[in-house]
Amino acid sequence: MSNIDNIENKFPNKDFERRTVIGPDGVKFEIDPIDDYFSDARPKVIAPKNKVIEKFLNWARAESLWVLGFGTGCGSIEIPPLMTPRFDAFRFGVQMRATPRQSSVIIISGYLAVKTLKRVIRSYEQMPSPKYVLALGSCTINGGMYWDSYNTINRLDHYIPVDVYVAGCMPRPEALLAGFEKLKKRIKAGNGEGANEYAEKFDWYKGNQKKIIKDWNMPDYNW
Amino acid sequence: METIINDIKARFEVSDITKQRDNFTIVTCKKELAVALVTHLKDVEKFSHLVLLSAVDWIEDNKFQITYILNNPDSRIDIGVRTFIDRETATMDSAHHLWEHVATYQRELHEMYGINFPGSPRINESFILEGWDDIPPMLRNFNTKQYSEDTFFPRPGRGSNDPAEYMKKKLYPNE
Repeated sequence: MSNIDNIENKFPNKDFERRTVIGPDGVKFEIDPIDDYFSDARPKVIAPKNKVIEKFLNWARAESLWVLGFGTGCGSIEIPPLMTPRFDAFRFGVQMRATPRQSSVIIISGYLAVKTLKRVIRSYEQMPSPKYVLALGSCTINGGMYWDSYNTINRLDHYIPVDVYVAGCMPRPEALLAGFEKLKKRIKAGNGEGANEYAEKFDWYKGNQKKIIKDWNMPDYNW
Repeated sequence: METIINDIKARFEVSDITKQRDNFTIVTCKKELAVALVTHLKDVEKFSHLVLLSAVDWIEDNKFQITYILNNPDSRIDIGVRTFIDRETATMDSAHHLWEHVATYQRELHEMYGINFPGSPRINESFILEGWDDIPPMLRNFNTKQYSEDTFFPRPGRGSNDPAEYMKKKLYPNE
């Protein structure tokens, strides 16, 4: 891909180069900074603990949903009213977080272009498990009004595991709150196993993702 | 407006002058003179704002139409400069020296229509479609529905109704 080469030449990043560092006590050691950012290890299935502890953990997870502030389509405009006093999702233990590493829920809010899907996958993989996906709008279900577009995906569940769909075009914040309630019930019932499902069917998901992301210039898995 | 049109008619062989509104006129000119005309309008007639640069694929005539729309913020008039280029060679003079953001428009046109603008900065970098390997998607011979069905796993069971027929059946089932 000549494009990628161009970009890499244009923004060379010295921080990512392999180098030998001399420590304060005179000991030499090699560092490869890429290792600190990316991992080529596959995701692992984390088996549930014993029933009582798992039930308690699921209760705790369900009552404190931290949502990644990531808007993909037109649905991201539904998030500000959701968090502000009229609908006030804080009542339900839902709050927004700035980075994937702090969040447990990602809302895919509407149509998803291939370019955005790449960023979604990176964000999703960086989230600590257990992690949940809430798909908003008919675009994530079957493509919605963009079903015959050359650049938007049709079915989100072929690329990342989806917990709850909220249908509508666009769903209003009430529907989104109902979706959160449903997600809570699902987690409490012990069915919120999206991260494990992703790890189990990792090859299938990667195959689907690589089928449409032609310039795969990122590691296979990143946490 | 009239004086400007008469002036550029004499200088730049413009034809096909369409008056859309009192403050908006579209003119057509030759490919070789298009950038010169835009430069004249910008520098002499003070159309200092480029509203858009877009393209249309006239596949029947084997031509691309390129439109520059310019705006004069002081007198609040718009003028559209239209030009036709050959669809096979698809090469147009770059106008990135006039406004910086023209380079972005040209990058988009290069990606979406395959029109080349030699000398335009970063023209070969991908704009929206990262790693696209098919023909440019805005060409009218690109079958977007077929591409979507082949690529994006369509969910089975999707149907469509003719709205008139459907409402007739629903409202007047006995007729």
